[in-house]
Amino acid sequence: MKDEDVLNVDDLQPPLNTAERFYLPILYEGMVTTVRHMFGMWGAGKRVTVQYPEQKRSLRVENYRGVHRLNKEWYRGEDGTRQERVACVACFMCATACPAHCIHIVADESPWDDREKYPVRFDIDELRCIYCGMCEEACPVDAIELTAEFDLVGLSREEMIFDKEKLLEMYDRTKDIKPRKDPKITGYPTTADRLATAPAADAQAPEE
Amino acid sequence: MIIEWLKTQWHFSAVLTAVVAGVILGLVAYASLFERKIAAWCQDRHGPNRVGFFGLFGWRLWGLGQPIADGLKFFVKEDIVPAKVDKPLYVAAPAICLIVATMGFAVIPWGGVVDLDGDGQWDVRCQVASLDIGLLYLLGLGAMGVYGVVLGGWASNNKYSLYGALRGTAQLLSYEIPIGLAILVAVLMAGSVRLEEIILAQVGEGNCWYAVKHPIAFLLLWAAMFAETNRMPFDLPEAEQELVSGYLTEYSSMKFSMFFMAEYTHMIVGTAFLAVLFLGGWHLPFIPWLQPESTSIFAMLCKMAVMIGKVVFFMWLYMLVRWTLPRFRFDQLMRLAWQKMVPAGIGLAGVAAIVVYIRGSEMSLWREVALCWAGNVAVVVVAVLVSLLARQRGDRVTGRQGNLPAVPAAGSGA
Repeated sequence: MKDEDVLNVDDLQPPLNTAERFYLPILYEGMVTTVRHMFGMWGAGKRVTVQYPEQKRSLRVENYRGVHRLNKEWYRGEDGTRQERVACVACFMCATACPAHCIHIVADESPWDDREKYPVRFDIDELRCIYCGMCEEACPVDAIELTAEFDLVGLSREEMIFDKEKLLEMYDRTKDIKPRKDPKITGYPTTADRLATAPAADAQAPEE
Repeated sequence: MIIEWLKTQWHFSAVLTAVVAGVILGLVAYASLFERKIAAWCQDRHGPNRVGFFGLFGWRLWGLGQPIADGLKFFVKEDIVPAKVDKPLYVAAPAICLIVATMGFAVIPWGGVVDLDGDGQWDVRCQVASLDIGLLYLLGLGAMGVYGVVLGGWASNNKYSLYGALRGTAQLLSYEIPIGLAILVAVLMAGSVRLEEIILAQVGEGNCWYAVKHPIAFLLLWAAMFAETNRMPFDLPEAEQELVSGYLTEYSSMKFSMFFMAEYTHMIVGTAFLAVLFLGGWHLPFIPWLQPESTSIFAMLCKMAVMIGKVVFFMWLYMLVRWTLPRFRFDQLMRLAWQKMVPAGIGLAGVAAIVVYIRGSEMSLWREVALCWAGNVAVVVVAVLVSLLARQRGDRVTGRQGNLPAVPAAGSGA
């Protein structure tokens, strides 16, 4: 290191002039600024704080990563009526992708013809989860999604392990503000396709 | 009946002690809320506004219950005494700090003299103890305040605490001198170290507040008071960025709270002191109840309210300055005290001495004020000249001290 590479930070700032050396003029200047902020003359009395429980910021519902949900989908049953089932096909992609190992799935043979497996148990430890969204990225049928729900509280650790029922219930709670995308993926029919095949006893299209 | 009983100064002092202790402790508690509120407002925030009183009707009352919640929290928190601390001193330090700070209230004249039974003769002083050496008592207590800091820092067995305590000591000892010199101005002018006589010398016909006569001494005392109470911009003993929390580092729970209360109590005493010495204590001009001649009980209450109003106003200034100025560096702090405040203080004390010598006994107020101002202007002119001279010599205020050799560059073969 050469001498000219050494930078003395004291040389960078201009020396104080005579008035500033008495501190009082700059103190006065600063006090004016402080007082104007205090009485809201700058920022026009607008306090920037959001008073949380009463006021809430609008959420970016589409990409906020909050509590998970398990999507449901429509299909036409044996008897031709519209029925709902869990969209998950128990492929374990999310559990494999999960960096926090918080997803636990127990799979069983599917009772439906269009898929091999379905989850009999689907547990997510919401305390262990880091809300990275990798499960959502990994899911081939878009069955697991993160919602915009963030005010998640519980009184025990057990309570915070969300099982399949809770996750499906979360879908019911949030489907209005964030509808399921339900894309056409190779090998898997969309809801419209699933409703179209099979006897048309109840030919009513679903709302989505 | 009760009036008769109160006519004894001793009885009156006892009652006043209880009242003042209650009011001041309340003020101390609310000072912390005040501080946080002002901090928030200066930063365009709301500040604590959630805690009401016991959920009373669901009202929040702008967070006025916050000090109660804070106090409760401090009481029920775990009180950690670290291993290997010097336990007796560790426990004693916050108590010393708080006791010494609180003792200062004993000599503050809150409301002049009072005529309790309305017979035209004053009966008692609205002051807990009317000491002949009231001012020296306050000065002594101010100097003792550092004991709590030093003992706390030493007993904590923590290097940051010790650094904080050492800084506190050096700072306090340095700033005692400008404070003493500024006080000397008021003492010379009044010719007494009795606090109520200093007030009386500033009020009434032919007198005015010393802040008018000696504005620079007033500013000097005000500024040095910040250092004396370890407030921003002189809060180096507890500089968070450098010393964790300085001498407070190892304290928790109520012991920490006691240091905290001592700091605010110190501030209140300091501002009351400032008001007495330079702002006429309980006096405001042109208001009949606030003159020394009116001695009714109502006048006493008015005077106490004015005194507390002045204290609150200066507390507010303390808090504004906190959010205005950044912390001084330690060498800047020392240079401010020794190279600026002490010479200015000596000059001002000299001016006051000359004024007292010249004025004799029958100089009119206007001429006396003019004389004082001439002296103040002379001090400022000398200070500016010295400053210009120093600037010509290339001394830099913000930078490294001019007379120190340049720091050799690393690896330049030194």
